[in-house]
Amino acid sequence: MTLLYEFGKYLKLLGAMFRKPEKFSMYWKETLRQMNDIGVGSLSIIGLIALFIGAVTSVQFAYQLQGSFIPAYYIGYIVRDSTIIELAPTISCLVLAGKVGSNIAAEIGGMRQKEQIDALEIMGVNTAGFLVLPKVLAAIVVVPMLVIISAGISMIGGYLAGVLSGLVKPTDFLTGLTYFYEPYYVFMMLVKAVVFGFILTSVSCYKGFYVTGGSIELGRASTQAVVYSNILIVFADYVIALILT
Amino acid sequence: MIRVEEIKKSFGEQEVLKGISVTFEQGKTNLIIGRSGAGKTVMLKILVGLLNPTAGAVYYDDLNFSTLSVKEKKKIRMQVGMLFQGSALFDSMTVEENIRFPLDMFTNDTKLEKENRVNHCLERVELEGSNKKYPGEISGGMQKRVGIARSIVMNPKYLFCDEPNSGLDPKTSILIDELIRKITIDNNITTVINTHDMNSVMEIGDNIALLYHGELAWVGNKDEVLDSPSETLQDFIFASPFLQRLRKAYNQ
Ligand SMILES: Nc1ncnc2c1ncn2[C@@H]1O[C@H](COP(=O)(O)OP(=O)(O)OP(=O)(O)O)[C@@H](O)[C@H]1O
Ligand SMILES: [Mg+2]
Repeated sequence: MTLLYEFGKYLKLLGAMFRKPEKFSMYWKETLRQMNDIGVGSLSIIGLIALFIGAVTSVQFAYQLQGSFIPAYYIGYIVRDSTIIELAPTISCLVLAGKVGSNIAAEIGGMRQKEQIDALEIMGVNTAGFLVLPKVLAAIVVVPMLVIISAGISMIGGYLAGVLSGLVKPTDFLTGLTYFYEPYYVFMMLVKAVVFGFILTSVSCYKGFYVTGGSIELGRASTQAVVYSNILIVFADYVIALILT
Repeated sequence: MIRVEEIKKSFGEQEVLKGISVTFEQGKTNLIIGRSGAGKTVMLKILVGLLNPTAGAVYYDDLNFSTLSVKEKKKIRMQVGMLFQGSALFDSMTVEENIRFPLDMFTNDTKLEKENRVNHCLERVELEGSNKKYPGEISGGMQKRVGIARSIVMNPKYLFCDEPNSGLDPKTSILIDELIRKITIDNNITTVINTHDMNSVMEIGDNIALLYHGELAWVGNKDEVLDSPSETLQDFIFASPFLQRLRKAYNQ
């Protein structure tokens, strides 16, 4: 019951987001600022995590393939596909939900508690639009970029780990990387990135937007933003997998 | 002019406002007074439409606010300025950006025009030169003044102030009161102020409404306060032993 109520409130917030902006230039400026915050601000952590994810995938598979008849170039192939289909979009966005999502919920929630949202409302600003739309738009553009970068770095990580540990020869790995290349998987990756980006920003905005009380509630909202985003992301991941394959 | 009719507001079981009818006049500083928790902030938020009353209506120059369309409400909002109890400045923006924000959002003024307007408002609140500071870098009183500057930057027809001088020293309080009164008279606007500051009541109380346990206990102006027979008002005004002694002396 409360879940349904919350979902309705969430949809209402999203609906209010699409009213005509008061001034495009202000929304645009805010969107650029958010792109910078979300994108540039998350590059290093996304990169670092991608590097190790790729490395682990590579080494793990290499061990499993040892002594089997499966050719070594399969390691590159597996690293590529598991990264593109699943690891880069999902893990990156789970991490982003933690980093960006909690940040957004705390920022908007703080504005709510300090009556700054009321102040915007009084001025005649469409608060749902001005506070939520730029963040969602920025995420939809920037998160796919981050995911592409993440996939690339992941493969580099896989290559380095595989080759440096001597489990796979450089040429084998590179052969695997280009083996049976399926552009459709990249499309899937980008669909996921867009959907996950939308989820993690809109859910976090929602959680912040309706905060009441004090700093304890703010902390709770920020945590819930991350938890809800994560659950919805893995759920959406499953749904997308069902629809697109 | 703003008129409210039979405003009621409940939060669950708790009835905070029990049918308030009062008129706030143009060109005057209208005060809502009452003890902490009396419902002043709730009243003000209903006046500006941040809260919906459980019953009753708010009229802006004879327009019933709650029946207006989103577009018409927005039109009125554009003529409303509000100073919040905690100033509500945007933390991520400088003083100048805070004040300029409504101009950026709603006008097509040139950069120079906006700059001039911002500086004019800063002058009015005597904060020239603080343009580049962030809210976190200035004192509470200065934040209030920036809040006032921001609320008058669009030349509002209606100005609302929620405890403009709470937490300020008496001198600064008086400055802020005088400032609000001057703006009200100069621009002939309708100003509504929440306060429990006695100085404000006696200095700028053109039109005073006392809230007590959710009801309107007294209406009048500053010249009528001392001679009013209303027990509730006298209790409220002369709350401190010091003031009670003064009153005794006054009566003798
Ligand atoms: N959003 C809300 N939900 C539930 N109760 C509320 C809400 N806002 C206010 N109240 C209650 O309404 C009553 C009046 O509160 P209000 O903030 O209007 O007081 P006030 O007169 O402004 O006091 P102060 O001078 O301390 O600011 C309080 O008892 C408060 O608990
Ligand atoms: Mg109050």
